[in-house]
Amino acid sequence: MQNKRYTRREFLRNASLAALGGLTIPVFSSCTKEEAEDFLQKHFREMTPEEKKRIIAKLEQRYLQKYGRKFQISTQEAVPDTFWAYGLELSRCIGCRRCVYACVKENNHSRHDPQLQWIRVLRLKRGNLINLENSEHYYDPDLVPEKGFIYLPVQCQQCQEPPCVKVCPVHATWQEPDGIVVVDYNWCIGCRYCIAACPYKGRVFNWAEPNIPKEEINPSVHYLGNRPRMKCAVEKCTFCIQRVRQGRYPACVEACPTGTRKFGNLLDPNSEMRYIIDRKRVFRLKEDLGTEPKFYYFFEA
Amino acid sequence: MFLLGVCFTSFANGAGEEFPVAPPPMTEGMFPCSNCHASMEVNRKKRELKEEHSQIKLHHAETMRWCLDCHDAKNRDKLRLYNGELINFTESYRLCGECHGPQYRDWKAGIHGKRVGYFTGPGKRIYYLCAHCHDPHEPKFKPLKPEPPPIKPKDS
Repeated sequence: MQNKRYTRREFLRNASLAALGGLTIPVFSSCTKEEAEDFLQKHFREMTPEEKKRIIAKLEQRYLQKYGRKFQISTQEAVPDTFWAYGLELSRCIGCRRCVYACVKENNHSRHDPQLQWIRVLRLKRGNLINLENSEHYYDPDLVPEKGFIYLPVQCQQCQEPPCVKVCPVHATWQEPDGIVVVDYNWCIGCRYCIAACPYKGRVFNWAEPNIPKEEINPSVHYLGNRPRMKCAVEKCTFCIQRVRQGRYPACVEACPTGTRKFGNLLDPNSEMRYIIDRKRVFRLKEDLGTEPKFYYFFEA
Repeated sequence: MFLLGVCFTSFANGAGEEFPVAPPPMTEGMFPCSNCHASMEVNRKKRELKEEHSQIKLHHAETMRWCLDCHDAKNRDKLRLYNGELINFTESYRLCGECHGPQYRDWKAGIHGKRVGYFTGPGKRIYYLCAHCHDPHEPKFKPLKPEPPPIKPKDS
């Protein structure tokens, strides 16, 4: 009796394995080898250096075909003893959106259908700072700043307790050791849970294949940052990971005509961010949610 | 004006500290000032300038200020501090800082004003002078035309 049960179980196991094999072979035989390889590509954090190299070479080849430019895709890891934070002086921002378009260019955003932007400049009535729901980001006057308004640019706040990371069902988004929350666009399944979870509207979705003019491509990219994305991938601000890990200011900092935007390393006591936190009146957006953003708004004081 | 600054960087040594500032925003063909001024007599009288520099509108505490409060009368290629010390235009932040102390303090820390390039490592960095953003004769920041707003999602 015992012997019979054992063989039956064994039979079932063998039968189901055979059925699985029979199912998968037709699935993979209906697609090319390259597609099968893409499908089986590992999670970025589980790749060995050799695997990373192979993926980078493949992507560079693909981008060359698609955009006619030689790309340099970096996989540079976080620099030791760095923990990035951002500062934005509200009393200086004039709402000119120079940062928005510098970001679009630097980070290879889709320009139209869909138009994706990582920075959203909110316009609020002066004295009404906490009523974010009354803000307007489609404002379009001839000249800025307008009397009676202040401007509050919002982008990914690089939370220390990021709700977007918690909800991702496939771990396609995570926080790097230098505090930057990144996305492996190849691992993302496009479920958009993270977009729903983010209280800052910091993430955007590629509803269609992105449109980037070939002549405006930025070929100096990072795998976890500004490389061209694909349809169905979620994307967000990475503090210009490709720049800051080399010691350069993010593109929006350099584009701001009023010097509103500041960037620095929280672990460096001489950094600009430490100066701001020590000496200025700072606040963070929606602090009560416990997301611990590393994006500090401050005032002249 | 900003582009000009990116091309060259000079190190200004002001009061013991070194800042890699961008070249000062001079009107093209103006500098050195001594080309014209060396052969001219010094006229300290406050007056409307009609022949040269007529585009300069002085709106910088103009009731109590005149050119020679900041520009040196004898050496026009230099600026003059309150204590009589002559400084180059690349160190103009020291002159501005004589009145605008808190801004000067924050500028030295990289908070007021703007820095571009590399913030760490051996890469090139450029600090903007006060005069790159504020016209010293008319320092109030001018309004700008904003870039276009994002496209509104269509109602369907």
